[in-house]
Amino acid sequence: MGGMAAPQVAPVETPDTDEVPASDRQWVTIVWDDPVNLMTYVTWVFQKLFGYSRERAEQLMLDVHHKGRAVVSTGARERMEHDASQLHAYGLWATVDRS
Amino acid sequence: MSMFHRQAGRYVAVFAVDEVRVLRKVASEVVGLLTDGFDHTDPVVGRLFPAVYPKDAPDTAEFRRYTEGDLKTAKIDQAGAILAALPDEASGEVRLDAEAAEAWLRALNDARLAMGVRLEIKDGTDLGEELDDAVAEDPGSSRVFQLSVYAYLGYLQESLLNALID
Repeated sequence: MGGMAAPQVAPVETPDTDEVPASDRQWVTIVWDDPVNLMTYVTWVFQKLFGYSRERAEQLMLDVHHKGRAVVSTGARERMEHDASQLHAYGLWATVDRS
Repeated sequence: MSMFHRQAGRYVAVFAVDEVRVLRKVASEVVGLLTDGFDHTDPVVGRLFPAVYPKDAPDTAEFRRYTEGDLKTAKIDQAGAILAALPDEASGEVRLDAEAAEAWLRALNDARLAMGVRLEIKDGTDLGEELDDAVAEDPGSSRVFQLSVYAYLGYLQESLLNALID
């Protein structure tokens, strides 16, 4: 990611899947690191699309940046494809996989 | 260099004539890429329309069959939002409501992604160094111009984002 502004690191751990029924938990949407997207933009997209808090969105963005990828949503396959296509509209590099 | 700021619920920037020309050019190039020039083998198209199942070509093709038309339309519309808001061929003010501002953010990002692929921007690429090297080689080269535009679009996108978030 091409970070221009230094993000604030907020060490917040929020479980992803607690409220999701087990039957819907078999697919994930993954966002991959890329050298162009600004860190602030990626954080904003996560808040915008998923309604995540700033802290959680920043943590996900940092996971993408440092680990190369992060699971950003979990659920039924159709739902994950919807999420991926929304992320593509924002220019994020998203894929869908089994969890 | 122009920056966006918030003013009475709108996102406002005043652009010099060169900036208007550059923005018109990059937005038009994105539209061109998505219409007449649309080609899946082009790495830029590959980046704007990533394979959703990287290891499964048939499932990716199926996903594209259902989503690609809408995604293409969305990207053309957001590039169109830049063209629609720019002053005609001169310097001037751009004033965006929240919806147009978000379309600009996405469109600026698409333009940066496209340029990033062409310029072979990598993780850890130092834009200042790249630009210095390109200038040392040939100050009048297309790469110098493209790198400057790429950097400019990044600052503009960040200023709009900051205006939107604050």
